[in-house]
Amino acid sequence: MNWHALAGGALIGTAAAALLVLTGKTAGVSGIVDGVLRGEKGEWGWKVAFLLGLLAGGVVLRVTMPETLASGSPRTLPLIALGGLLVGFGARLGGGCTSGHGVCGMGRLSLRGLVGTVVFMATGALAVFLLRKFS
Amino acid sequence: MKNAVAFVCGIVFAIGLGLSGMLQPAKIIGFLDVAGRWDPSLLFVMGPAVGIVLAAWAARRGRPTPWGADVPGKGPAVLDAPLFVGAGLFGIGWGITGVCPGPAVTNLAAPSAFTLVACGAMLAGVALSFVRPRRSP
Repeated sequence: MNWHALAGGALIGTAAAALLVLTGKTAGVSGIVDGVLRGEKGEWGWKVAFLLGLLAGGVVLRVTMPETLASGSPRTLPLIALGGLLVGFGARLGGGCTSGHGVCGMGRLSLRGLVGTVVFMATGALAVFLLRKFS
Repeated sequence: MKNAVAFVCGIVFAIGLGLSGMLQPAKIIGFLDVAGRWDPSLLFVMGPAVGIVLAAWAARRGRPTPWGADVPGKGPAVLDAPLFVGAGLFGIGWGITGVCPGPAVTNLAAPSAFTLVACGAMLAGVALSFVRPRRSP
C-alpha cells in the first residue's frame, strides 16, 4: 500500500526536480495556473505546457490505472464550490499550494514553504474535524 | 525546448499524483483527519518528493540551467500576514474538498460534476486573487 505512495512521491519529486534543474522553474501548480490565467509575459508558454502535461498524464492514468482518478467526493457540490474557491484564492494569497510550498518550497529549505505547509495542514485538519463533527 | 521539458514534467507529475493516491479526495480527507481515523500514508508521498527536490536543488542551486534561468536559491525568508492568511484559507479549502490545484487539473481527464466544479472553482479562486497586487511564490 505505502509502496504506491512512495513511488508516486518519487515521481512527483523527479518531475519537480527536473523542471528546477533543467529550466530553473518551480513546479508550483497554483502559480502556474495563475500565470496561465493572467497571460504572464515570458512565462506563459512553459506554464501552459506544464498544465497540458498534467492533463495528458491524467489521460495516461485513465487508460492504464483508471482507479487512481477521482470517482466522486464525500462532499456535496456546493461545499466543493466553496472549498475550491478557497483553494485557488488562498494558494495565491499565500504564494503557494501543496506543490509550491510543500514540495518545491520545503525542497529548497524555504522558511516560507515550511511555514505555509504547517499552516495549511493545520487548518486543513481543523476543517476536516469541524465538518465531521457538524455534518 | 523549455516547453517540451515542462510538458513531460507535467505528465510525470500527474502520474505521480495518481500512483500516490493524491487524486482521491477521500484519501486526502483521511490524511487530514488526525483527530479521527487518520490515514498517514500521504506522509510517504511527501518524503521522497521533498527529498528528491532537495537533493537536486542542493547539487545545482545558483548554477545555470540548459533551457532557462539559473536554479533559484532559497528565496526570501519573509513571514508576512498574506502567507499565514492565504495558507490558512487554502488549508480550509483543501480540507473541505480534498483537492489541491494539481489534482484539480489532472482529474479533468475523467470529467464528472465533481471534477468540473472542483477545478472550475479553483480557477475562479485564482482569478479572484487578481484584485490584489502580484506576489512572487
